[in-house]
Amino acid sequence: MAGRYELRFSGAGGQGLILAGVIMAESASIYDGKQAVQSQSYGPEARGGASKSEVIISDGPIDYPKATVVDALLALTQEACDKYSSDLKEGGVLLVDSDLVKTLPKGNYKTVSFPIINTAKNEVGREIVANIVALGAMVALTGVVSKESAEKAVLARVPEAFIELNKKAFQMGYEKALSAQG
Amino acid sequence: MAKKVAFLQGNEAAAQGALYAGCNFFAGYPITPSTEVAEVMSAELPKVGGKFIQMEDEIGAMAAIIGGALAGSKTLTSTSGPGLSLKQELIGYACIAEIPCVIYNVMRGGPSTGMPTGPSQSDVMCAKWGTHGDHPAICLVPASVQETYEEVIRAFNLSEKYRTPVMVMPDEIVAHMRERIVFPEPGEVAVIERTVPTVQPEQYKPYDTSFGDVPPLAAFGSGYKFHVTGLNKMQDGFPTTKAAIVQAEEERQVRKVDGNVDDIVKYEEYLLDDAEIVVVAFGSTSRSARFAVNEARKQGIKAGLFRLITFWPFPEKQLLALSKKVKAFITPEMNLGMATGVVKGVVEGNAPVHGIFRVDGEPINPGQILDKMKEVK
Repeated sequence: MAGRYELRFSGAGGQGLILAGVIMAESASIYDGKQAVQSQSYGPEARGGASKSEVIISDGPIDYPKATVVDALLALTQEACDKYSSDLKEGGVLLVDSDLVKTLPKGNYKTVSFPIINTAKNEVGREIVANIVALGAMVALTGVVSKESAEKAVLARVPEAFIELNKKAFQMGYEKALSAQG
Repeated sequence: MAKKVAFLQGNEAAAQGALYAGCNFFAGYPITPSTEVAEVMSAELPKVGGKFIQMEDEIGAMAAIIGGALAGSKTLTSTSGPGLSLKQELIGYACIAEIPCVIYNVMRGGPSTGMPTGPSQSDVMCAKWGTHGDHPAICLVPASVQETYEEVIRAFNLSEKYRTPVMVMPDEIVAHMRERIVFPEPGEVAVIERTVPTVQPEQYKPYDTSFGDVPPLAAFGSGYKFHVTGLNKMQDGFPTTKAAIVQAEEERQVRKVDGNVDDIVKYEEYLLDDAEIVVVAFGSTSRSARFAVNEARKQGIKAGLFRLITFWPFPEKQLLALSKKVKAFITPEMNLGMATGVVKGVVEGNAPVHGIFRVDGEPINPGQILDKMKEVK
């Protein structure tokens, strides 16, 4: 992998996007032997409001810790998609929740859309793991970290009782993204 | 054995650095964006026999770390701009009473409550002039998670060595971003302990300059009794208005830092050998600057970076020397020109200084710095 790869996880506060970004960065930095920086911006609200978590992954040292030209964007709400898609690069990956993001930004993107939150709620069994479903999908679509490293990083963050739930969420997101990609 | 690594926030690394340096007392009052320091200290200090206390407010926390330090502890508080304002009266007290302690302040927007979750670099003048009167000031401005860890250790060392409060001031981006950190082994990084008296308790004077500019400090409870006050004082700690003593003591207190600038000032030079345009930056802004310098070099612009790691005392002689061989300085900062003004004063008109200022809660991006380089080259 040459140079910087920039990911942005966006949605509403409380959806666990900062954690999804942290796990992506840990996959790269701790398990894949690459360099990674994770940062975030959020409003004063504990829940709601547009929120984003950015991850820069590189083989070499990372100077600027924020995104410049985004390679892959996840948007879990329309507001986040509208607000944070302007610097997605031409040909970049755009993953959105198909139930919540109806208006896509204009541009030439590799857009993948499936009901992320609904998958967590009805197929995995708990809405709270929507961020892990999304993470699995982002790992599948970007290939920027290995699937094995990402799974290890997820499990290292999860309490014992929720390991199976999160494994399932990650796997479901990974598979659904690949089939939605066609 | 492989060293221990982790993926941490700047604030979490700060707390770990404090523990490495031997901090055993923390007092604070929660405030975004510094609260993670208190969180980690509240969990970790009891495990090493230390004490954590959440005080009723910020000045109470400052009072507590002064008291803790006088009782022999290495003490830390953490806060952000509004809290730093509230602590100022007792920061002055710690300066004149010569109490070693560390104040970790994460810079967010201001003045007043400002923008609690947005980054800023607008507390650097408050680090020097927030409390009134002439006094020593040391302020360290790390730019990465690893450096935050290291600079917190250095802050404790400097505070113990010079018997004075030391501030560590990351901006919100450095404080909240996560990076890989490699922990040093115990003993790998030097940890300085304060000089304690060797004289008998009845002969002890808390400001005895026969030991040099930094008098030994006894711990309350160790058998030494002494007087501590915010008034100008004599060697025995009791107040005085004798002109000669007050003048000499004021000068000595400031000299502890100004006379040891080379020991305290730390900076990084990047591609300066042939640089014509030099960016002077600190904290997260210096990371944008390094990115811009690399881009500029690809485009044939001879750019370089002078990165401040110590903000106070300011690296005056280094920048003055540099100003005699460069075409221009660019000073990006997340305030309306605080470092820029200092650089202008230091370089004495030898080279123009072009500021880039942002106070909208967004970082200065590399493109802004690159554009300015093209404009001034």
